[in-house]
Amino acid sequence: MPLLELRDVRARYGPITALHGVSLTVDEGEVVALLGANGAGKTTTLRAVCGMVRTAGQISFGGRSITGRSPENVARLGVAHVPEGRGLFTELTVWENIRMGAVMRGGQKALRENTERILSYFPWMQQRRDQHAGTLSGGEQQMLALVRALVSNPKLLLLDEPSLGLAPTITRELFAIVKRLNEEEGLTVLVVEQNAAIALETAQRAYVLEVGKVAVAGDSDELKRHEGVRKSYLGY
Amino acid sequence: MADFLQQVVSGLASGAIFASLALALVLIYRATDVVNFAQGEMATFSTYIAWSLMNHGISYWPAFVLTLVLSFLGGAAIERTLIRPVEHRPEIAIVIVTIGLLIALNGLTGWIWGAEVKAFDSPFPNDTWEIGNVAISQQDVGTLVVTLLTVAALWAFFCFTTLGLVMRAVANDQAASRLVGVRVGWMLALGWGLAAVLGAIAGMMAAPVLFLDPTMMLVVLIYAFAAAVLGGIDSPIGAVVGGLTLGVIINLLGAYVDFVGSELRLPTALVVLLAVLLIRPQGLFGHAVVRRV
Repeated sequence: MPLLELRDVRARYGPITALHGVSLTVDEGEVVALLGANGAGKTTTLRAVCGMVRTAGQISFGGRSITGRSPENVARLGVAHVPEGRGLFTELTVWENIRMGAVMRGGQKALRENTERILSYFPWMQQRRDQHAGTLSGGEQQMLALVRALVSNPKLLLLDEPSLGLAPTITRELFAIVKRLNEEEGLTVLVVEQNAAIALETAQRAYVLEVGKVAVAGDSDELKRHEGVRKSYLGY
Repeated sequence: MADFLQQVVSGLASGAIFASLALALVLIYRATDVVNFAQGEMATFSTYIAWSLMNHGISYWPAFVLTLVLSFLGGAAIERTLIRPVEHRPEIAIVIVTIGLLIALNGLTGWIWGAEVKAFDSPFPNDTWEIGNVAISQQDVGTLVVTLLTVAALWAFFCFTTLGLVMRAVANDQAASRLVGVRVGWMLALGWGLAAVLGAIAGMMAAPVLFLDPTMMLVVLIYAFAAAVLGGIDSPIGAVVGGLTLGVIINLLGAYVDFVGSELRLPTALVVLLAVLLIRPQGLFGHAVVRRV
């Protein structure tokens, strides 16, 4: 049984339909990438999973239906969402942001057990605990958002366009950490990414969305050889 | 000199009342980006509840505490029933609801308790302390101490408790709060409850001096607006400093500048408000948002 399963999920913003029936699965321990052009419905798919848009169709997580649940309820089930733009509390400090990640999921116990381990992936953050999150650089903010999502030990991490606005070296560093977290911690990830090359390096499988539907799906290696994917998304 | 110091202390006492109400305004403004025009009437209503409790033979401090509890519940209930339906509407919709609430509460107060002015007990002796040749009213000092204790308690709540952290997070970013599992609606209700408590304290401290009638807090609310804007509408420290400063300024101008007297105090507050908005719109402590992207 997959950890996350979307079956024929449709979503609309007012009169505009963003998803025309998306079906996909994510198994435990996998990194799955969601690729596609701007407006293909990648972000909407993540928003559908955590209840930020109204949807039709069937979404199940860990075997139970979560269709139509509110974001706070989906979060409490163990789905951590790092949204586009990171969704940090810019007026709170680094440490307060991290605490907020566990406050409704696991509390003090989760903080005690996970913080040190998670922060070992981001050693620079220790010294910057009391800095305001809004004054961190873009890459640092993205990493903080990741730490905040991870301190609760989520069953599934939804990562929306982590490379947005970041320098290529920072993006590579970030994806390398995601890959390590997957290998060492068994973290399950569904990641939306414009940069198909780097996403396919990190993910084991990927789906390509085109106008609100899954156009191509398969293993990362297959997709790298796939003629259409190569031409449209990898550029060679 | 002695007279000057007396005027300052008395200004601090009325400033403390402005500060509590201004702090209530700031709390709600930070959480929902709207100014609660009904804050003064909510305070008046709470004060009437305290009056009724004392009229039924409950002594001052138990009545005081009970009033705070009831005000908290009332404030939270108002958020859940009246504000929640317009929560996701444009801000102007919420503002109009709070103006409606102002009128409704004012009418309700008059309907329940009548329009005649009532005397309200003070917990502090109507006496003075002589320090050197300065006579300091115990009433003023008591008001100041109660308000400052409240502010300190509130500050400790926001800085040192997890619930306080969650409320600050909600004030910072509601969508992000939902994504980490926070039930934002209940946090907003909690904010309204706390604001109602602050208002109740302001009302109960003001009533012995101003006497209790259904419009008692109307003028205080305007001073509180001026204080909040002076301090920076998004800054709790600003609300307190702004309130105390405004109290002192107005008292000194009223005492020493002949043409201001007692009649021109309110216009003075409005001049302060206007001047701040023109010269430093973010107020003394409010911050222009700094953010790197």
